[in-house]
Amino acid sequence: MDFVVQQITSGLAEGAIYASVALALVMIFTATEHLNFAQGEMAMFSTYIAWTLINAGVPYWIAFVITVLVSFVGGVAIQFAVLRPLARAPVLAYVIVFIGLLVIFNSMAGWIWSYVLKEFPSPFKAFSTGSTLIGSHQLGVIAVTLIVLTALYLFFRFTPLGLAMRAAAQNPISAKLVGVRVGWMLALGWGLAAGIGAIAGMMVAPIVFLDPNMMAGILLYGFASALLGGISNPAGAVLGGFIFGVLQNVPTIVERWLGTNVIGNELKLTFALVVVVAVLTFKPSGLFGQVRIKRV
Amino acid sequence: MSSLLEVKDLRAMYGQTTALHGVSFALEEGGITTLLGANGAGKTTTLRSVCNMVRTEGEISFAGARIEKMATEEIVRLGVAHVPEGRGTFVNLTVEENLKLGSYTRKNRAEVAREMDRVFDYFPRLKERIQQQAGTLSGGEQQMLAISRALMLKPRLMLLDEPSFGLAPLVVQEIFRIMRRINQEEKVSMLLVEQNAALALDLADHAYVLETGRVVMSGLAEEVKNDEGIRRSYLGY
Amino acid sequence: MPRHYFWIGLTIVLAILLPYLPNVFKGERLFSDFHVFQFTLVLIYAIALLGLNILTGYNGQISLGHGAFYAIGAYVAAVLMDKYDVPYYATLPVAAIVCLVVGFLFGLPALRLEGHYLALATFGLALAVPQLLKYHPLEPWTGGVQGIVIIKPDPPFNLQESIGLSQDVWIYYFTLAVLLVLFWAARNMLNSRTGRALVAIRDHHMAADTMGINTSFYKSLAFGVSAMYTGVAGALSAVAVAFVAPDSFNILLSISLLVGVVIGGLATIPGAIFGGLFIVFTPNYANEISKAAPWAVYGVVLILFMYLMPFGIWGAILRGVRALEKHRKAAKMGR
Repeated sequence: MDFVVQQITSGLAEGAIYASVALALVMIFTATEHLNFAQGEMAMFSTYIAWTLINAGVPYWIAFVITVLVSFVGGVAIQFAVLRPLARAPVLAYVIVFIGLLVIFNSMAGWIWSYVLKEFPSPFKAFSTGSTLIGSHQLGVIAVTLIVLTALYLFFRFTPLGLAMRAAAQNPISAKLVGVRVGWMLALGWGLAAGIGAIAGMMVAPIVFLDPNMMAGILLYGFASALLGGISNPAGAVLGGFIFGVLQNVPTIVERWLGTNVIGNELKLTFALVVVVAVLTFKPSGLFGQVRIKRV
Repeated sequence: MSSLLEVKDLRAMYGQTTALHGVSFALEEGGITTLLGANGAGKTTTLRSVCNMVRTEGEISFAGARIEKMATEEIVRLGVAHVPEGRGTFVNLTVEENLKLGSYTRKNRAEVAREMDRVFDYFPRLKERIQQQAGTLSGGEQQMLAISRALMLKPRLMLLDEPSFGLAPLVVQEIFRIMRRINQEEKVSMLLVEQNAALALDLADHAYVLETGRVVMSGLAEEVKNDEGIRRSYLGY
Repeated sequence: MPRHYFWIGLTIVLAILLPYLPNVFKGERLFSDFHVFQFTLVLIYAIALLGLNILTGYNGQISLGHGAFYAIGAYVAAVLMDKYDVPYYATLPVAAIVCLVVGFLFGLPALRLEGHYLALATFGLALAVPQLLKYHPLEPWTGGVQGIVIIKPDPPFNLQESIGLSQDVWIYYFTLAVLLVLFWAARNMLNSRTGRALVAIRDHHMAADTMGINTSFYKSLAFGVSAMYTGVAGALSAVAVAFVAPDSFNILLSISLLVGVVIGGLATIPGAIFGGLFIVFTPNYANEISKAAPWAVYGVVLILFMYLMPFGIWGAILRGVRALEKHRKAAKMGR
């Protein structure tokens, strides 16, 4: 029984990471109706910026805030410089551009900071949870994720600006017809997504150590989590992350009980992905997503 | 009295194809003008040109200011509300959110709230469905929503693109009746594009007839309605 | 359109002469065996890209996982050649059938997915296959992490001794022959009712359904045929490279294939060749421009391509040709 609880809590802790990445993806999707594959690499790049600041002696939380702000500006800049000119291109052209960005950020990070693993501090180490099941950092990640989620939810649901951003993403022409400056909304969306990504990166780095390829796998699972929970629903995406985290450990629990080792550690993640795809086949909008309406 | 909307020698292009070949017309403040014509005559293109959604050449003036080079969203902020072809509803947002978006550019919250009440007065059915996802509304309800959203802007000029399209005759009559009320009570000028010539000519005070991108007839709605050629081609008798 | 056949014929003749093009200054072959090997890879990728194009370009179903079918084709060929002494040319039909079936089967659940959901599912497939290939219990067949080494086939009929035809050049011609057959078949399919059904589904799924097109069947068929082409390409790569290992078929391969299809030209057949050229040669050029961060250069190249040619290289060529024709017509009319 202890084993099961331990697997579940560690699954939740890992899930928190996927949840925070999923949030960034939901953000960018809500604001732009595109899924930015480069999100992970941008987050990683932001984390390196934070690392540089912290190494230069800047206190953690100040470095944190500066990094988020710089990432915000960076996101806006990328939207202006890289995506604006693409306005009339087909969807797949966007995908290629995102891949291009992904590769550029990854490569630049390696070039500037090298591929040597670096340690990244956790601001939560000072506290102790008094429990052996879950560490202080992991609790901290969960807390931060929930705070960002709440802020985002309130923003999109209850502020005019949030509403305008959703409208601009879903139907840019109609949005213009109500006076929404669609271009700015897209830029803002990118900025916010980059900021959230930075937060996710800074939460992940203390656990897996900072290196240019840190986010690659995590991005995919964040993506799966977002789709599992429902890409149109921030809360759903976060829940999706937690579910995905625990889901990975389900085979371990079952096999411990059965005494087998078929799936083992190697295929854990494949298993979880298969489950996600199966769920999506039956519930295409995800577990908690809003059904998308298509009119002819 | 100078016209609220003045269009001079407007040419519009979709890619390599020219859709309008030099259209000119004017709309007085407080009036309802209708653009008639068969499919492909250029009516929708004209409305789109006013909002700079199409590549154009020529002069367009609104309330004395030249707008042909302004961005769509800026033209809207001057007080031009466009109810597009197909309604342009935000299908995944609720009725309430659609209406709130209509008033996005307005600052005075109290006025906006009053406007919302007036809209529900014109279209009580929308109040019943206020939290429903807009895409689940019927065609008629979506048209009502589209007009309401335009009203929430408190526009000086409303551009309406085929409001009768795909709607049952009774629903259309109701909507046109309410449009007349809006014109009189809210003092909103209207530029109406319609295929249903009879209805449009009853509502409007001026009419222009377009054929393949050119104005072939213009005048008071009464006169146009009684014109032999128009009666044969567009009214069916 | 006789003019268009002329260009096709010219390209084929050029392709046939390619390995033997003389170096006008030195009087020997311009391209070494290694270069010919690279051209073979271009042809192989072109076949794979045509496969992906059928699914993504013509039928609108995105796939981030075609590396999986490439890997399956490669491993089928490798295992047959290594463990069962099957001659290299006989592995192609087997790989084709296996991948056709696997692709079709994958296409069935994929029917419910589209857009990013489908992208995720195919991405998952691309990640899963290398994992499965490294899986312990399967090692006796797959050779595990080390993979399988294959003996490169010799040219037939003793041509190696008689006219000095090298292995690499022979494999190039073999691949070229397969490519010509496959491209011809694809062109016929795409110009037929099937092709039109695929495009109708892509452009307006709901309308295609209401017109009586069996969309489920065609979509799964598209997956199957697409997987088949890519699988044959994979089998050819096993022959040409003479080696297969799980890590050669990682997610990067799937991403490269998608990149190749878009840059070459979506929903075009010639686009596959340009895509193949791009995949094989751009990383090298990126490396020459910057040894420190070649992938950054590659990324910039990708972005620039999408600005300048959002419809791919072939799309840009077609536009150029159309613009030229328009100028000529205008000049003729004396404007």
